[in-house]
Amino acid sequence: MLIAIAIMALGAVVLGAALGFASVKFKVEGDPLVDKIEAILPQTQCGQCGYPGCKPYAEAIAKGEADINLCPPGGAEGVGKLADLLGREAKPLDGVEKPPQVALIDENTCIGCTLCIQACPVDAIVGAAKQMHTIVESLCTGCELCLPPCPVECITMEPIQETVDTWKWKYPVVELKRVA
Amino acid sequence: MGLMQLFKFKGGVKPATNKAQSVTLPIAKAPLPSVVAVPLHQSIGGTPRPLVQVGDKVLKGQMIGEADGWISAAVHAPTSGTVREVGMYAAAHPSGLLTDCVVIEPDGEDRWIERQRVDYKALPPEQVRELLRDMGVVGLGGAVFPSHAKTQASRSVPMEELVINGAECEPYITCDDLLMRERAAEVVKGIAIFRDLLQPKKVLIGIEDNKPEAAAAMAEAVKAAGEDFQVVSVPTLYPAGGAKQLIRVLTGKEVPANKRSTDMGVQCFNVATAYTAWRALGHGEPVISRLVTLTGNVAEPRNYEVLIGTPMDELLAIAGPKPDTDGIIMGGPMMGFLVPEAKAPVVKATNCLIAHSPALFPPKAPEMPCIRCGACAQACPHELQPFQMYWFARAKNFGKTQEYNIFDCIECGCCSFVCPSRIPLVQYFRFAKSEIWARERDKKAADGAKTRFEFKQHRDEREKQEKAEKLAKAAAAQAAKKAAEAAAAAASEGAPAEVAAPAAPLATGPGDTPAGPAAAPLSPEEAAAAAKKAAIEAAMARAKALRTQTQPQNTDNLTPAQQQEVADIEARRARLREIAKTELVHADAPPAATAPAAPAAPADNSDTSEK
Repeated sequence: MLIAIAIMALGAVVLGAALGFASVKFKVEGDPLVDKIEAILPQTQCGQCGYPGCKPYAEAIAKGEADINLCPPGGAEGVGKLADLLGREAKPLDGVEKPPQVALIDENTCIGCTLCIQACPVDAIVGAAKQMHTIVESLCTGCELCLPPCPVECITMEPIQETVDTWKWKYPVVELKRVA
Repeated sequence: MGLMQLFKFKGGVKPATNKAQSVTLPIAKAPLPSVVAVPLHQSIGGTPRPLVQVGDKVLKGQMIGEADGWISAAVHAPTSGTVREVGMYAAAHPSGLLTDCVVIEPDGEDRWIERQRVDYKALPPEQVRELLRDMGVVGLGGAVFPSHAKTQASRSVPMEELVINGAECEPYITCDDLLMRERAAEVVKGIAIFRDLLQPKKVLIGIEDNKPEAAAAMAEAVKAAGEDFQVVSVPTLYPAGGAKQLIRVLTGKEVPANKRSTDMGVQCFNVATAYTAWRALGHGEPVISRLVTLTGNVAEPRNYEVLIGTPMDELLAIAGPKPDTDGIIMGGPMMGFLVPEAKAPVVKATNCLIAHSPALFPPKAPEMPCIRCGACAQACPHELQPFQMYWFARAKNFGKTQEYNIFDCIECGCCSFVCPSRIPLVQYFRFAKSEIWARERDKKAADGAKTRFEFKQHRDEREKQEKAEKLAKAAAAQAAKKAAEAAAAAASEGAPAEVAAPAAPLATGPGDTPAGPAAAPLSPEEAAAAAKKAAIEAAMARAKALRTQTQPQNTDNLTPAQQQEVADIEARRARLREIAKTELVHADAPPAATAPAAPAAPADNSDTSEK
């Protein structure tokens, strides 16, 4: 009886020590779920979800504070992926899905106020005070955050045109057999 | 033709070759087109930079696009004339989209630039490679990979075999066949260039056994040149002309997915590429034309020497398309595509134009469900499982298609050819591949955006901190200065109490929160906060002092009646305030919240501007 208790106690101590050691040794920095969620988000940093960037939104989703359908740039596909990852029900998107777009500065109207540069979350606008600004198209995420600060409304959003390099083969359409 | 052991690749199909129609007549030179549109991007790799502007006069063979980087090849003016446009023009691409082109209006003289023959054997190999790049020599078998980039043997693996591809397995196409028949001597000279650059142990020229004339001509040319190249007849089996398949047949080596053939000691070039390499070095002629088979629904199928940039519809008209022609297929019926824009120009990859008609290519019967018969897997020359890839591509499960090695698929069309359910398998694979590529592009862009966003946040944080520190210092100095001034003023003047009183908190301010040099032990944030507070108080004090100084003007000498009136008004105001306080309590919050912020802002500004 006593020996049995001793063995159990010893086992508990050893296993507890092993678990304690493992929890220190294999500690995961950060929340891996947040990283997984963030990898699905489109990184436009547009704030349309109500959070200041994709990471805060990912954190809010991970904590269960935010819904998964708040990201319009991610679209219905993004919602589906998040639903798959989190085992939640896919929901219709809260917002309007737009085709991919980039901002374009009308360089004749631009007064060089730098307000859009400060608003751009991804440093895609170059320019200096009282100098014309321009948008580096390849870096622009199409977040539209530069639109409201512009005092002369010289920024417009342009849908991204397909080129020979970005063109995609279409999904083969199955023709239905005509009956009579 | 020596006897040698041949190997086999798995799968393959035997479609009707339809080659006999276009080999009856010798190669003809296509007439000068009304316009030539030379796309700048005609090879794998970087898009050449245009060297000409609208209005420039160019000569035949003049470089109009300079290679951008090592994996890229220059493009040249196919004829002499005037540059009409440097911009977007229809592309020889299944999308029908536009691409950057140099549009030249020929002047009819077809005048060459000065052509310089090069004795390539006297030049270092590096220079020969550069020359090939600047002459625009690319793989003319269809892949248009810059050839110079393939002429370097692997450092660790010795080059054993150089495979020259004259198989031309795709139905209808006969341009390589005619090239070997008529210009074998120059093809052999071109092969010698690649041989000299790569130094392989042996050179194997693979030609399908349905082209005995070409094989004979090549063997004779090899003999005449005194070379030891082996001309090998390979069994006619589509796609024996695929680089990996021909290497397999001739050498028995299987090039794995993640390796290049040079890593296996083999390299493969098309016969037409060898021919253009010789023309480039031995005659100083850049790649400005190529042989194109015009066939299909035409009156006179034939091979033509065609200038790059010739509009396809104009070219096909030479062969006399029959009235029921309703489209142009670029390439063969297995791997080619219907050209959406008939005025698209001939490019270096254009080996064949087939006039399409419903009679020649009857519309496919509708697709039926996959019955998983496995015929596609048996036909696949890359030993893939098309039915599985189809299944996942159809379900848009792209990760799974990659697990089934969709990127090893060469889109040869064998699976679609044998499918009893007539499923357009290759279309599904192309769809899946381009979706995967698009996703990878998006992922890359998203990662870049994330990095830049994080960097910006980091930078903003740093700037904020730096600014706060600066402000703290400036404000502390300011507050100390103001305090000293106020103290001096109070001491010397014995000024009106109204002015001195508000100055008092200011004077004690620095004392309460030791600013200036005494702030050192505090953390920067605390110092900043304290300094800010002091600055705000100072500003408020200044404002109050100003107000008290300027206020008593028209109220000084009032009659008792007027004073009574003022008192009444004041009483009424006080009453209204009471009412407002009790009844509109909820409305108090916003003004209360914004109130402290208002003086803070100007205080900040004044500090920064005065500093």
